[in-house]
Amino acid sequence: MSQLLAVLIDGLNYSSWLFIIAVGLTLIYGVMKILNIAHGSLYALGAYTAASLAGSWLNQGHSPMGSYAVLLVAAVLVGVLAGPLIERGLLRFMYGKDEIVLVLVTYAVFLILEDFIKLLWGVDPYLLYQPYGLLGSFDVGNLTYPVYNLALIAVAIAVGVTLTWVLARTRQGKILIAVIHDREMAAAQGINVSLVYFVTFTVGAMLGALGGALTAPMISVQPGIGAETIVLAFAVVVIGGLGSLPGAALAAVLVGLVRSAAVHYRPELDLFSIYLVMAIVLIVRPKGLFSAQEARKI
Amino acid sequence: MNTRRDRSLSILALALVGLLLAGPFLPRWTMFLITVSLCYGIVVLGMMLLMRTGVVSFGHGLYYCLGAYAAGTLEPFFGISEIAIMLACAVAVTGLTSAVLALLLRKYRDIFFAMLSLAFSMILYGLLVKTSALGSSDGFNVSARTFLGFTIAGAPYERYVVFAITVISAYGAAVLMQLYLRSHRGRLAGAIRDNELRVEYMGASVANTIHVNYVFSAVLAGLGGALAGISVGHIDPEMAYWTTSGEFVFVAILSGTGSVLAPFLGAMIFETIRSFAYEYSPNTWQMALGVTMLLVIMFLPGGLWSLFGKLRRT
Repeated sequence: MSQLLAVLIDGLNYSSWLFIIAVGLTLIYGVMKILNIAHGSLYALGAYTAASLAGSWLNQGHSPMGSYAVLLVAAVLVGVLAGPLIERGLLRFMYGKDEIVLVLVTYAVFLILEDFIKLLWGVDPYLLYQPYGLLGSFDVGNLTYPVYNLALIAVAIAVGVTLTWVLARTRQGKILIAVIHDREMAAAQGINVSLVYFVTFTVGAMLGALGGALTAPMISVQPGIGAETIVLAFAVVVIGGLGSLPGAALAAVLVGLVRSAAVHYRPELDLFSIYLVMAIVLIVRPKGLFSAQEARKI
Repeated sequence: MNTRRDRSLSILALALVGLLLAGPFLPRWTMFLITVSLCYGIVVLGMMLLMRTGVVSFGHGLYYCLGAYAAGTLEPFFGISEIAIMLACAVAVTGLTSAVLALLLRKYRDIFFAMLSLAFSMILYGLLVKTSALGSSDGFNVSARTFLGFTIAGAPYERYVVFAITVISAYGAAVLMQLYLRSHRGRLAGAIRDNELRVEYMGASVANTIHVNYVFSAVLAGLGGALAGISVGHIDPEMAYWTTSGEFVFVAILSGTGSVLAPFLGAMIFETIRSFAYEYSPNTWQMALGVTMLLVIMFLPGGLWSLFGKLRRT
């Protein structure tokens, strides 16, 4: 019984982590039709920036509670610096190319950023563990969990609710939906599509960096975390249906629970289980769980 | 229709004879570099076929790795270290696996094709990193002792034999591909990329062609993987990781799909840059790759090979 509970808690915790990372990816795909491999590097950039900023904040003896704010600042910083740079500096010249070519373009950006990170931070791991234990812990049965995990779940829910609210209830959200449905028609109605793209990409980048910044206290930040994470985020986004917000949430929960069950009962099936779910979902529903029907074009 | 005679086959034959004759006089490192590049080129040759058909696989590491493991596990589990059997086993295993997976994949296009193939390769990766009998994430050493019954392990000409086997395999793969591309079914590839529906109207089966092309490319990836395992002497699950598959896509884009020679040229350039970059600037070489890729996508959509066409026209 207590193991089942542990599976559930670990699963939800992992799901919220997955959701925070995947939501930016699915947002960017939904609006811009770009499956952004560089999202993995934005995640890594967020983690590195958070680790060094929060690390120096704590070293200078500032209030430890303030380190949480520093984590958020790091995410925003990476988002507003890297997002516009990538979108304005490169991607905007690529719009209209094949989706698969755009994937390759972002793959190139991913490769560049991977080495950029190594140049800036070196290859030694960064550790930032203080914020993880700071909030204390709580007991479930005979297992102890850090409260930080709960906070992660809260952030994931907050992000999901905010985005859904923006999309459904605000003027900006309606504009976004118009652009998603028909970019040219939206432009004809006087919507500044390139501004919409710019803002979407920046927000998406910020969410990716936020995922990294919030993960930094839980892991050792080292080269390769971007590559590891982006393919997990791909799994979530593709399972949910590319571009679908509720899809990403459902897929994150599904993948999170499956993986946590695998880790608890059959640890050797850890990674295998995630991609098995991805393959099965794609086989049964070729475009993911929540996918829009598309008219066949001749 | 191209009226000028295609000289690919004669160039290939020249390269075969040239490499085989020059082999014994090459310094060890050059021989190794050429061997590894050719292994890579064989894989990229298959990627080229898929790209001509209009689909991009982000999971060919699956077959690269599977071929290497199919060849490498024969020795520890069955005591077989005969190179010919190892290669045949790699071809058989990757052929069968891809024939089954293609039943699913042939219905997918674009990003979904890329993602489903990515999922398959990551499944293999996930399995291998946790399989302690196969060395988990460290992999294991491959030993190939005999070729066609002759013991080569430890002999002074061991390197040259592996080199020669790779050269001949690459030649065979390229000639087969060239003949296939000229065949009736081979010519369908470009038509499918341009307009599937019309290909169907003409009475050809798109699904079957994609199936055949996929299996062909997978077998080439398996052969390349097995040869790479034999020449390097070590294999690990990293071969199935998505970044490996990404590299194959990268080299295919860099090379271009204009000729069967292009993948080998691209692989040679790629491996040369990589081996020097590892030596002199291990932390910036991916950056160089990324920049090159962007430049090629923006200014040279036909890949390096299209440069030759431009030269000839002017």
